[in-house]
Amino acid sequence: MKYVINSKSNLQEKVAHGAFFTLGTLNILLVTLICVYLLLAGLPGIIKIGFFDFIFNDTWASTAQNPQFGILPFILTSLYGTLAALLLGMPIGFFCAIYLSFFVSKKLKTFCIGLIDLLSGIPSVIFGFIGMLVLVPFLQELFNLPDGASLLAAILVLALMILPSIIKVSIVALEAVPKQYIEGSLALGANEVETYFKVIVPAAKSGIAAAFVLGVGRAIGEAMAVMMVSGNASNMPALFESVRFLTSAVASEMSYSQGLQKEALFSIALVLFVFILTINASFNFILKRGQRK
Amino acid sequence: MKNSTYRNTYALFFKSLMLICMAFTLTCIIFMVVYIFINAIPHVSYDIIFSKPSYINDTIGILPDILNTVYLIFTSVIVVLPFGVGAAIYLNEYAKSKVLIKVIEYAIETLAGIPSIIYGLVGMLVFVQFFSLQTSILAGSLTLAIMNLPIIIRTTQESLKTVDVGYKEGSFALGAGKFYMIRTILIPSCSYGIINGCILSIGRMLGESAALLFTAGFAHTLHGYIDSLSSAGSSLTVALYVYAKEQGEFDVSFVIALILLIMSLVINVLATFLGNYISKK
Amino acid sequence: MSEHIFEVKDFNLYYGNHHALKNINMSMKKNAITALIGPSGCGKSSFIKTLNRMNDLVDSAKYSGEIFYNGQNILNKDIDLCDLRTKIGMVFQRPNPFPMSIYDNIAYGPRLQGIKKKAILDEIVEQSLTSAAIFDEVKDRLKKSATSLSGGQQQRLCIARALAIKPDVLLMDEPTSALDPISTSKIEELALELKKDYSIIIVTHNMQQALRIADDTAFFLLGDLIECDNTDTIFTKPKNQKTKDYVTGRFG
Repeated sequence: MKYVINSKSNLQEKVAHGAFFTLGTLNILLVTLICVYLLLAGLPGIIKIGFFDFIFNDTWASTAQNPQFGILPFILTSLYGTLAALLLGMPIGFFCAIYLSFFVSKKLKTFCIGLIDLLSGIPSVIFGFIGMLVLVPFLQELFNLPDGASLLAAILVLALMILPSIIKVSIVALEAVPKQYIEGSLALGANEVETYFKVIVPAAKSGIAAAFVLGVGRAIGEAMAVMMVSGNASNMPALFESVRFLTSAVASEMSYSQGLQKEALFSIALVLFVFILTINASFNFILKRGQRK
Repeated sequence: MKNSTYRNTYALFFKSLMLICMAFTLTCIIFMVVYIFINAIPHVSYDIIFSKPSYINDTIGILPDILNTVYLIFTSVIVVLPFGVGAAIYLNEYAKSKVLIKVIEYAIETLAGIPSIIYGLVGMLVFVQFFSLQTSILAGSLTLAIMNLPIIIRTTQESLKTVDVGYKEGSFALGAGKFYMIRTILIPSCSYGIINGCILSIGRMLGESAALLFTAGFAHTLHGYIDSLSSAGSSLTVALYVYAKEQGEFDVSFVIALILLIMSLVINVLATFLGNYISKK
Repeated sequence: MSEHIFEVKDFNLYYGNHHALKNINMSMKKNAITALIGPSGCGKSSFIKTLNRMNDLVDSAKYSGEIFYNGQNILNKDIDLCDLRTKIGMVFQRPNPFPMSIYDNIAYGPRLQGIKKKAILDEIVEQSLTSAAIFDEVKDRLKKSATSLSGGQQQRLCIARALAIKPDVLLMDEPTSALDPISTSKIEELALELKKDYSIIIVTHNMQQALRIADDTAFFLLGDLIECDNTDTIFTKPKNQKTKDYVTGRFG
């Protein structure tokens, strides 16, 4: 019989389905694996040192006779450094985004965005390198410091590094605001600047918040550039002091560490990971809330 | 109108502030580029680019670092491509359970947000120690591959979404199975999108350094591709860090910076060009 | 062997909570053209898409009842959909040639069945294009992209593509709605030619088209099958008042 339909039999399809399923769920496995490894590697250090001693002790002296492993200076440096970089980068980036979205010709905008893309493509070591050669001596001279490698230098470098993502995310948020809003506001006699600040910015609020959180995530995770300009001494944070971030603390001692020191470094990574997860969760929360509106 | 002068001043003030911010940003970018060019050009020579460092002659050459970078990127792309494209196809074409899709997408978002230093550590624990690959190009490549999974998955998903439903229906109506349809219709139709994702991730791999410190290492020895997989090798970025920060060799650092800058510029232009081409199609 | 290609019994189709087709009972003759007519949203397209189970692509689609094809219930769970669709070909409303050459478009189905020899493929391509009355127009550019053809040519290419796997039935879902009048009449002639070898089910918006080509016509309204009969009967002396109103142009 020519026109009888067979029952299901296709093995190849089943194999393909299984393979794609594996590839898709592999991502879950990877994240789980990363979490488990960080916990396994990071918890022993925290337990041995003691949670409170680890987090709230302000002295890190890992190679001393009586080693001390307090990471409060790193945590605070990361927090202050990130927030200050955001405080600086956010308004600059945001003003750039408004300017590019509404005030310039299309040609100029394409050109500027091209340059900003270039900035986002520059490897972080180059930021560190130029910061080290230009910014650090400049700060040393300007403020008459013994060493220009300081929290301030790191803040400035970070602020520049997060600019591209802030600008681009803000532009997307601003351009998603319906054109009628602008026309409506202008028709009521508001001038352009008033329109942008009173109508568009509130409408684009959640997108701009997303840009902020994205910037936080990038700044807190950056290692190489800050390692090259911040001086790497484990001081409590102060603008003109040499400091160490959570990231650079891990990177700078990893290659020669051993024993409890090494475990403590993994514990730092675990703390950093928890910070990042919290930031990502709030990022998602903000995005979701923005979409619901 | 009493307050109109006030309002105009206010507008003018913010307009100039925006202009200043924009000018500042552009100046920073242009300064960085020009600064690297001016300082690097005098030191660019055939010897520095096409030789390896020699302790006897006390010369530095960056050929090993260039090759290592190429090896790292090549290997990572080969690894990440099937995994990323496969995951994207699963999410867009196969997965039915909304919960599973959500969990997978959350996992991908998390992967995208993890900072590179943490990838470096986990790469060291898993690939270097657990799988005892040693500090090697292979360990570094695998670490880079995981880091770039999210980019490949996202760009592939985006381009899968743009494939005409009519093609899929037509294929099914001819009795094609899902996998046959994917091979013959879906993947060819979004090949440009996948290539674009590759270019983007190559850009990120090129600039990556923190993840490579403890996985690929610092060595500057010259290897063929197969040998390099099992030996340590420093990428251009790591070499720049070591030469600049630990050895104070600024001349060679500038040359490396210039090469990195030009490469990232090329990648940038390629990605923009391809992106425009795709959206025109 | 019965003279019916499809026999539909108590068929119901749901999209989620929406009851799209209600208790359909009808049969369709072999080697004849059956037209499905009715206003938009009446369920005729959903119905034709059930005959080769394309509705399975819609996640929320659920059905009950039985549809017998050559005595086999195609709604059975363990039916091989790929096999079913090679026997029941389909032409879509919007021409959808794949973004590849004309030749590869036609060879897509045969290759799927494992035919790899070039000589055989060449023959199939020529035959199918000839049956679809488009061979002369494209024989010099078989390697050119199929998307460069005009809309009418694309649609005939899609018919040729469907014929290349030698189906038993050809389902046509408003095949001419996106075409100009000349292309439309070519496709209609083609359908009349093809019914010698194939059973054709055609969904159409255009009542004149049903009148011109169909042997039988079924009238759908809001998910119900109102009337199904000989085309002449439907258009000249319908039994149901709604059918009469529709075919005389009172609504729809």
